[in-house]
Amino acid sequence: MLLEIDDVSLLYGRIQALHGISLTVDEGEIVALIGANGAGKSTTMRAISGIRPIATGSIRFEGEDISKLRADLRVRRGLCQAPEGRGIFPGMTVLENLDMGAYTRRDRAGVAQDLARVLDLFPRLAERRKQPGGTLSGGEQQMLAVGRALMSRPKLLLLDEPSMGLAPMLIQQIFDIVTEINEQGTTVLLVEQNAQQALARAHRAYVLETGRIVKSGTGAELLHDPAVKEAYLGVA
Amino acid sequence: MTTVLERVRSGREAAGERWRGAPRWVRWVLLAAVIAFFYALPNKEFYQYLGPIPTPGANFTQVMFTVSIYVLLAVGLNIVVGFAGLLDLGYFGFFAVGAYTVAVLTSPSSNIKTLWPWLLVVPLAIALTMLSGVMLGTPTLRLRGDYLAIVTLGFAEMIRIAAVSSDFLKGQRGFNQIPHPPGKYADGKPFFGVLDARPYYWLVLTLIIMVVIGVRNLTHSRVGRAWISIREDEDAAQLMGVPTFKFKLWAFASGAAIAGLAGALFAGKQNFVNSQNFELLNSIIILAAVIFGGSGNIVGAIVGGGLVAYMIERFRGIELFGVELYEYRFLIFGLVLVIMMIFRPEGLIPNRRRAAEFKDRRKEVIVGE
Repeated sequence: MLLEIDDVSLLYGRIQALHGISLTVDEGEIVALIGANGAGKSTTMRAISGIRPIATGSIRFEGEDISKLRADLRVRRGLCQAPEGRGIFPGMTVLENLDMGAYTRRDRAGVAQDLARVLDLFPRLAERRKQPGGTLSGGEQQMLAVGRALMSRPKLLLLDEPSMGLAPMLIQQIFDIVTEINEQGTTVLLVEQNAQQALARAHRAYVLETGRIVKSGTGAELLHDPAVKEAYLGVA
Repeated sequence: MTTVLERVRSGREAAGERWRGAPRWVRWVLLAAVIAFFYALPNKEFYQYLGPIPTPGANFTQVMFTVSIYVLLAVGLNIVVGFAGLLDLGYFGFFAVGAYTVAVLTSPSSNIKTLWPWLLVVPLAIALTMLSGVMLGTPTLRLRGDYLAIVTLGFAEMIRIAAVSSDFLKGQRGFNQIPHPPGKYADGKPFFGVLDARPYYWLVLTLIIMVVIGVRNLTHSRVGRAWISIREDEDAAQLMGVPTFKFKLWAFASGAAIAGLAGALFAGKQNFVNSQNFELLNSIIILAAVIFGGSGNIVGAIVGGGLVAYMIERFRGIELFGVELYEYRFLIFGLVLVIMMIFRPEGLIPNRRRAAEFKDRRKEVIVGE
């Protein structure tokens, strides 16, 4: 197991956001976490990347307990998150943003190689390499966030709502890229509201409701599950 | 009105582009000329030809010394506020720590009477201020947002009240006969005397240049990148593997060290330190000066610190309707700041990045509506 989350709960002040969540991600997989607004998807991501401390339970990465590890040290171990929405550095150029993604790395040759790969994956970013991140469109910023996370050459890539606020064509494109990244050997944990796309692409998925995991299975299973269909796919 | 604003803005941007586009040697010559000008400035033979620039109501050389201290402080505070984006409302507190360290360890009126020479105490003062920065930062920099502003505000007041009321720090009576920096002319007269402020000014100016070179190198390194990423988005910085707490503390402590140096220089020149030197208002003025000049930009901080300190002194001796303008200095200063914040919130000479961040935030506000 690459990532094992066992019975994790998390508090925001007095409000309990996660109630004993358990999930696993195996090497080479795309795992999706779907759920409605406020179900705790992003909170789960924050717990995994270490931005929010967890109250109980444990998070294990490559078999080692990282529950108490600082966020930046988790990045060094190969766990990198692309934050949702506008989580890029608006005043830095596209290249500087990508460079920040490689902040923990010292192998210049490898970084240059990965930069070429990211610019290859996202030609739009190559076109705008000298532009400040804040001047990019929403879709481009999203791509920049994903590309920047890839620059750390993560073992596990955490994607928080990569399709948020994007036009249908762009959503398709982003998910194609996620699949491509995965095929190139990066494990992906994906949080999504767009359940249709997420389930179609994921090997396995979990359904999150008010801070609890209520269902899990392969992407195909959940895609045809009547309850999931009704609640998340908009078909009765 | 917006069109006028846009035109002014684009004009300023064009000036910046011209500067960046100019050949390297042109920039070096201009820079050398500016530095030479400021070295020459406190000489009467020079400044008497400068028309309205010398201050009518105060000794211009003394004023320039004060201005230089403010510039040094602005450069230091700019690291904290401008680069790392930490709101420090009590920066003058560190200046006080530096000045009092020198006073306590060198002055004959001090209780401990160590009577050490000034030069020996300066590194100690810097180290101690840095340590106080680390002590203050360690618990507070783990938190985000306004906590730091409140704690630093409290810190500066604590130092001031301790200075006023503790016997060890001598309150209003203060410390006298603080020794001057060492150095003699060929004829045996001390280089750093009582009457002539020029040597002190030159000393501070030289140190400013050294500090600016150091800070510039720092900002172009991994440290600088980490600071900027923290300022732009602390969560994202952490997600990229930046140890944010460590770098915030580093910024806070280096800023404090520079203020400690300024305090030590001030004490060495003034010869006398008491509790009245460290009003809270000074912290606010320096912060306002950095923002006014353009926080995040070293040149902006220098211009802001220099202009604000100079203008305040320039108001002395100017009468308007029978009242000295100096009395209204803070009213005028406040008005200028308000106008600035409306028309140019990124400051006089902003950092290009900073300007982009402001634009981004403006966009966000519009989206939020």
